[in-house]
Amino acid sequence: MAQQTQSAVVPPKITFWERFENNRNLLGLFLMLPTAALLVTFLAYPLGLGVWLGLTDTTIGREGVFIGLENYKWLFADSVFWLSVFNTFLYTTVASTIKFGLGLWLALILNQHIPFKSLIRAIILLPWIVPTVLSAVAFWWIYDSQFSIISWSLMKLGFIDQYINFLGEKNNARAAVIIANIWRGVPFVAISLLAGLQTISPILYEAATLDGANKWQQFRHVTLPMLTPIISVVMTFSVLFTFTDFQLIYVLTRGGPINATHLMATLSFQRAIPGGHLGEGAAIAVAMIPFLLAAILFSYFGLQRRAWQQGGGH
Amino acid sequence: MKKVTRRDIMKAGAGLAVLGVAGDLVLPAGAVATSFTPEKGAALRVLRWKRFVQGDEDLWNANTKKFTELTGVKVKIDTESWEDVRPKAAVAANIGSGPDIIIGWYDDPHQYPDKLVDLTDLAEGLGNELGGWYPVCESYGKRDGRWIALPLGAAANCLVYRESWIKEAGFDKFPADTDGFLKLCQALKKNGHPPGFALGNAVGDGNMWTHWLLWTFGGKMVNDNNEVVINSPETVKALEYAKELYQTFIPGTASWLDSHNNKAFLSDKISITNNGISIYYAAKSKNMPIAKDINHSPFPIGPVGRPTELHLFTQAMVFKYSKYPNAAKEYLRFMWSKEQYEPWQQAAMGYITQPLKAYEANPIWTSDPKHTPYRDTLARMLPNGYSGTLGYASAAVMADFIVVNMVAEAATGAVSPKAAAAKAEKRAKRYYRV
Repeated sequence: MAQQTQSAVVPPKITFWERFENNRNLLGLFLMLPTAALLVTFLAYPLGLGVWLGLTDTTIGREGVFIGLENYKWLFADSVFWLSVFNTFLYTTVASTIKFGLGLWLALILNQHIPFKSLIRAIILLPWIVPTVLSAVAFWWIYDSQFSIISWSLMKLGFIDQYINFLGEKNNARAAVIIANIWRGVPFVAISLLAGLQTISPILYEAATLDGANKWQQFRHVTLPMLTPIISVVMTFSVLFTFTDFQLIYVLTRGGPINATHLMATLSFQRAIPGGHLGEGAAIAVAMIPFLLAAILFSYFGLQRRAWQQGGGH
Repeated sequence: MKKVTRRDIMKAGAGLAVLGVAGDLVLPAGAVATSFTPEKGAALRVLRWKRFVQGDEDLWNANTKKFTELTGVKVKIDTESWEDVRPKAAVAANIGSGPDIIIGWYDDPHQYPDKLVDLTDLAEGLGNELGGWYPVCESYGKRDGRWIALPLGAAANCLVYRESWIKEAGFDKFPADTDGFLKLCQALKKNGHPPGFALGNAVGDGNMWTHWLLWTFGGKMVNDNNEVVINSPETVKALEYAKELYQTFIPGTASWLDSHNNKAFLSDKISITNNGISIYYAAKSKNMPIAKDINHSPFPIGPVGRPTELHLFTQAMVFKYSKYPNAAKEYLRFMWSKEQYEPWQQAAMGYITQPLKAYEANPIWTSDPKHTPYRDTLARMLPNGYSGTLGYASAAVMADFIVVNMVAEAATGAVSPKAAAAKAEKRAKRYYRV
């Protein structure tokens, strides 16, 4: 008896497991561990390694030593690096803007009731589905200085008397690779925006029509504000893909003529792998990060804020 | 690493002889005496570049099979597109695991010399037996007096031209000097048969002809002490010549990569270009009428008065992480020996020029007189880091297309020859810094 009363006074012993089960914070942390491990292993570690490599003079076949910002100092004085920065910006800005314009236009058309809608939508997606290298090879032939189908046709039609030097002249080459990129990137923008368009309730258009809004006013005050969140996401991705493009350039020009189409990504590869200077290649890749962040912040927050102002979100 | 003594060699020789009798494969007299006994249970992995000519791969594999039958050493061969071998080899060297033997390019072995098995005994043995190595092979294969790689040869470049058009332009034979060459190109252009040389970032063809041009006028990237001397009057002269030559080219060469000139030549668009034997080979094997009209010539010689060519140099490396270095060496010895190398060279249609002088006598070079100019390409060749040493800097300077870009800039008139040379100097100094 006495023993029993005594044991009743002692508070029930909570095992570690019970505490763990009932503590939301601990459990939450535990459940996040697998994801965290994946992120650290496959994202944070390579990124960290890249940043570290950029601070060393590692070459292929030899461990490097820490040299601080020396790679960046050398890059700063390198005209080819700055040319690649300029090219990357030109490429990204022009291609992304046009991709957005064309993509939105296509999406609006596809959103109408047109015959064979699904078939046409499927066809639109083709350039996006074809592997980049394949489409790049097709463009390689289209832009060939001796065998170009465009030059040949124009010549037969009598518009030109000499084949167009698509990839041999620096501004032509830039325009040519940008057009190839646009061709490839438009479907992504168009289909994503089309998905966005289809979420807009027809009621809003009915209301606008009753208020006497014309087509343009409907687009300006209903479609665009409702579409802004999607636009911001789509454009963020589009800018990212364009900024880091590699395959198109690598197949079409290898960065030529005279580095006029070298992007930071292709230059980074050229210096790191065939050139053997892993440290410098990594430094170029790392130098892309601030630009990328800025581009993302601009397209993401810049466009999101407008959504809040319009009363979207929340 | 175990050093192979003379005694080992004798033992190995005896072992092989026994094997030979048993397997009815007697080593012919005069075969390479240096040989190595493969480790027990040895198996090899070999990474090589993907063939340019089908016959190359067929015979390489057949020779390998013969080796396996003879020694019992299994050999697995992987191939990679030629430009992908360099990064793969570098990764293997870096992480210390991968194929036992890698057949790589140019100055690869000089980027990780301490990861490679010393091949001095093998290379010297082969050299003694087979007429010696060309000087350029020693530049590429040796470091500090030791052989760190075994040269396989080079996918060599010659000038490929249309005989009838040369005659039509008033030339009986292909000019041997740069002045005559320029005159020929001008005459060809006038006749509507322009030449065409790649000036885009063409890893092979672009580098080869622009290096020849630079060197033949006496220009060079670095001097014997690895000091950058590209910004010189000789370079400027070479670039002024390039500018004149470019006037005769077909439009669009600034965009050309490695395969553009092949296509243009085979479709009658251009009269001269620089290339391996592959254009002729393609025309011949497809029975194109153009094959009869194709001929080859060494690069013309400029003010320096001696040949200064660059070719796609290839060599085998044995990595220290390999568990079977002796099997690897024996494999290389076998493949480089006359019984294997000569038929292989023939099967490759002369696409690869030999590194050892004895193979000049290979009938492939005389069976068709149009092959002959390719025979002596290694004798005419300089290493890409000329006249400095090979290593990180020489590899990086070529990979960064500094010479190609310099010639392209000056030739197309984007900047003056002087400015182009100055720009190249600045770019090269980034790599040749101390």
